[in-house]
Amino acid sequence: MTAPATTVGRTARPRSKNTGIHLPFGVGLAFVLPAALLFGVFILYPMVAALSYSFFDWAGTRQAGFAGFSNYVTLLTQAPYAHDLRNAFLHNLLLFGGAVLFQNTLGLGIAALLHRRKRTKRMFQTIFALPYLVSPMVIGYLWSLMLSPLFGPVNAILRGVGLDSLAQPWLGDPNLAIWVVVGVTAWQWIGFPILLYGAAMGGIAPEIDEAASLDGATSWKRFRYVTLPMLTPTIGIITVLTFIGAMESMAIPFALGGSSGSPARSTDVMMLLFYRTAFESGNANSIGISSALATVLFLFILVVSVVITRFMRRAERRLF
Amino acid sequence: MTTVQHVPAELPRTEASQDARITPPGPARRRPARREGGRVGALLTNIFLWGYAVVAIGPLLLMVNNSLRSQQQIATEPLGLPLEPTLDSYREAWLTASFETYFINSAIVTVGSVALGTVVSVLAAYAFARSRSRFLAGTEMVFLSGLMLPVHLAILPLFYMLDALGMTSSRLSLILVYAALGIPFSTFVLAVFFRQMPVELEEAARLDGAGPFQTFVRVLLPLVRPALATVIVFRFVPVWNDFFYPLILLRDRDTYTLPVGLTRFFGEYSTDWPQLFAGLTIATVPLVIIFLIATKQIINGLTAGMSK
Repeated sequence: MTAPATTVGRTARPRSKNTGIHLPFGVGLAFVLPAALLFGVFILYPMVAALSYSFFDWAGTRQAGFAGFSNYVTLLTQAPYAHDLRNAFLHNLLLFGGAVLFQNTLGLGIAALLHRRKRTKRMFQTIFALPYLVSPMVIGYLWSLMLSPLFGPVNAILRGVGLDSLAQPWLGDPNLAIWVVVGVTAWQWIGFPILLYGAAMGGIAPEIDEAASLDGATSWKRFRYVTLPMLTPTIGIITVLTFIGAMESMAIPFALGGSSGSPARSTDVMMLLFYRTAFESGNANSIGISSALATVLFLFILVVSVVITRFMRRAERRLF
Repeated sequence: MTTVQHVPAELPRTEASQDARITPPGPARRRPARREGGRVGALLTNIFLWGYAVVAIGPLLLMVNNSLRSQQQIATEPLGLPLEPTLDSYREAWLTASFETYFINSAIVTVGSVALGTVVSVLAAYAFARSRSRFLAGTEMVFLSGLMLPVHLAILPLFYMLDALGMTSSRLSLILVYAALGIPFSTFVLAVFFRQMPVELEEAARLDGAGPFQTFVRVLLPLVRPALATVIVFRFVPVWNDFFYPLILLRDRDTYTLPVGLTRFFGEYSTDWPQLFAGLTIATVPLVIIFLIATKQIINGLTAGMSK
């Protein structure tokens, strides 16, 4: 999840109104055309088509008639889809919850500590951000080796300090495996908020903090009543991007539990379920049902992202 | 998301603030006098930061460390140092486990898609910044929407489209898909940059008789280099790391990129630990090098468009 912290705003941007330079429509179109073609063919068309796929019955790769909402009904009510869906969905929520918790405690704390430093700030930022830039596939496999019950270094460390009872078959226990996935995901993603919170804090005018300090505010109060309210938009961006990332998460669960979410579906997530339904189920109507699943997930991500944004905006007004 | 303003001066301003940080603290920036116990606090802070630093890169260091040791050494001592470092595992992974192929494929796909995506994006971004057409403004909004949409979910139609064209198992299809995926971010960053560029230079070039394309190539491209660097470096990371598209779009092992090659590798060599660690290291090293060289560009990319 290396998503940029960019947001699509409704802000009206100044369009070089006061200048003499502007491209004639034809020239502008020629400049935009290559990008528009690529975007249209490889992103826009598949997005629209994915929606339409879900409303058809499929016989293999051939459409076998309009199906209305029957694919959705099958997905949400029939075995094994309904149960798998609930199970996987819960795991996605756990991923989101775990990541948000880590980011806004440990991540925010580290960013605040680093903000006051001068010399070692960049070095620590680099160290903390490194896991975030490494492929989630590498991260997942690396942790699967680290946590291996045989020669795994994690168990070796635990035994080495006398905590033999804590040495576990981390990924073999169905009750434990999902927490490992949540922990590894949160561990990887924490570099992102550290960098973003750091940048946001760097953008707060030092005069504000100083004024509060001269008024006798303690450093905690300055953080709580000055820094935190000014960070709310950033917290909002990070939360939305984390939500999207958690809902689309696939590489780490795949590396840690394979495509079937082993052991016993305990590390299953929505994208894995989608992948299996689409490519491994053997069901003749797999395209219809997996497209319904994709559409449900798509709408859910869209709606919740908007809700989170609204909520953060209101929280921001309250805090100020 | 109106609270989040598009900051037009993002890139230059970031640089400016960094400069400000380097300058010696003047009277206005002086910190209030430290309270007692500041020493203890500083010590605790240091312990905490170094402690988490170990947690953050410990696993990555261990990965490199164990890739240099033998199977037997890892089995008897999972945490030992490579006292007699050996590169055997790298040689085996590179030659017998196809990592050479995976690496070359990853390089071709990443370089190709970043180059293509950047070229089409810089052209489009210029038009967005300098055109008054409503149609193009609408196109820009459609591009921008790609920043927030879960585009992964459109994989099925994409797969069948490429399948119908006979383009699955082709690196070209990956290059085209990744180039398209990069357009929203790249046009966004570049258009912001073009918009804050003074138009006088272009006007002068036009008066000298240069056409729009010539003006663009001769006058604007050299000026937009910092933003191009951000876009290129920042797009490199997700393309190099992605496993989703190759997993689904590539059917032929000879076209596998590193992340999806790893899935095959871990199935087949699951007992050869040094080689597994070596494979993971091979997939990671180019990224780490890029990150260390271009930290600034990566951070600029991550914080692009964020309000201050």
